Amino acid sequence: MKKKRSVRRVNSVTSSRKEPLESLLRKDGLRLDGRGLDDLRPIRMEVGVLDNADGSAYIEHGRNKIVAAVYGPRELHPKHLALPDKALVRCEYRMATFSVEERKSPAPGRREVELSKVIRESLEPAIFVYKYPRATIDIFIQILQADGGTRCAGVTAAALALADAGVPMRDLVVGCAVGKIEGKVAVDLSDVEDKLGDGDMPIALMPTKKVITLLQCDGNLTPEEFKQALEKGIVACEKIYEMQRDVLIERYSKVRDEVTEEQREEEE
Amino acid sequence: MVGSSEITSAIEREHISSLLTHGKRIDDRGIFEFRNIEIDVSPVEKAEGSAQVILGGTRVVAGVKVEIGSPFSDTPNKGVLTCNAELTPIASPFFESGPPDEQTVEIARVVDRGIRESKAVDLEKLVLIPGEKVHVCFVDIYVLDYDGNLFDASEIAATVALMSAKIPEIEVNEDTGELTVLDKKQLLPLNNIPVSATFAKINGVLVLDPCLKEERVQDARITMTSTQEGNICAFQKGGIGTITMEDIDTVIEVIKEKAEPVRDLIREVTKEAREEI
Repeated sequence: MKKKRSVRRVNSVTSSRKEPLESLLRKDGLRLDGRGLDDLRPIRMEVGVLDNADGSAYIEHGRNKIVAAVYGPRELHPKHLALPDKALVRCEYRMATFSVEERKSPAPGRREVELSKVIRESLEPAIFVYKYPRATIDIFIQILQADGGTRCAGVTAAALALADAGVPMRDLVVGCAVGKIEGKVAVDLSDVEDKLGDGDMPIALMPTKKVITLLQCDGNLTPEEFKQALEKGIVACEKIYEMQRDVLIERYSKVRDEVTEEQREEEE
Repeated sequence: MVGSSEITSAIEREHISSLLTHGKRIDDRGIFEFRNIEIDVSPVEKAEGSAQVILGGTRVVAGVKVEIGSPFSDTPNKGVLTCNAELTPIASPFFESGPPDEQTVEIARVVDRGIRESKAVDLEKLVLIPGEKVHVCFVDIYVLDYDGNLFDASEIAATVALMSAKIPEIEVNEDTGELTVLDKKQLLPLNNIPVSATFAKINGVLVLDPCLKEERVQDARITMTSTQEGNICAFQKGGIGTITMEDIDTVIEVIKEKAEPVRDLIREVTKEAREEI
């Protein structure tokens, strides 16, 4: 995505010295980081990483490093915002000043405002909001390091944090971006591929029902490429979903073991 | 999409959605039919380019101001384009004064994306002295009446304003780098005419160009922008509903058919202004 703020932060001295990239694909057809077109970057997730938030998660997706925290359902302030029939879901996506090449202004820019909105709209369909009238569920996403596809990795982390907070959900939500580089559809664009490629399509999905909750696109794609990208994106999301589920199971089977251990000790 | 102060009755929701199950709409339009589009070119003389677009009951004015400024450091060989939207109480009791809210930011950024990614404005031709002086285009969109679908009304208004814009020719003194503003005017260098189509998804049914009543009951919103070659240059899903692959197929099919008449209309209304030079 061509965003105004990010444009400013690129250091003109280094970028003018660098040789301009000839191609985003190597001679062997692989991408600059050695991946095939359908390969994801390495992903690592962790649940329950913060002490004070009701739920939290940390994700490393490529070189993206993102923390997500969830509070609620809890009392809503200011009260006039309360919805009579359902919980208000709020979401804040923020980039750390040091998360990018050149320091970003700490004030939230237009990009962050838009991304907060689309991320919220991607997560809310999964939450049983009608169970908690007049309450709020607050989601905070902090990008510590950005490397392309932060909103999607942020969605993946935020869904884990929601689950960790015990918020009742229909499904997890998982995000992944697809794009077009050198005229070819490629999965999970890195920063440089996003900037120099021909298109970027962030996707978020509720994988069990296979419904799309976030979809954006910029670039220049034929209708066929658009559909192909979407299909590949859905497959990629499903792969990440497996990891998401595993990390939750791992975390809570540990909790379960601890609890049963304690119970056994008490009984003895 | 609308302020928290607005309450839509369940009856209205049911009414609209039961009409849709019979393929009918609250204003008797076809499911994939735009409302009447009226375009007024250059209503504001002091702006380099301007347009008023009336889309059914929605009315927006877009103006283009062009200044000379510095390029962004990582794009020294490109001019600058920025889009901004203003949704003030003038257009609706549900809009509030103050800094732009997320709805405003989203509209501005989706319109910006359509223009930028279709390469409607040839930014490389806006350079005066590479790395130092470029034309900076500000596209500002003011909503005057809000009756749904601000995205498409704004996209048309911004495009027409850019297409009708006339900027002074600038002479660059190669030796001193001095700029002289000439009396002669020129058009902005343009490459494409993006057209967006916005859909509301109501109870599983997609409708094109939702009016306010439909927008108030929509579960999800889809905006797709196409280039004159029929490619997709921008897409944005909004709202807390979900969308499916079938929805995307429908949207792609509809935009193939519905974008071209709008593009023709834009060409027709801007023809006179563009031929004056």
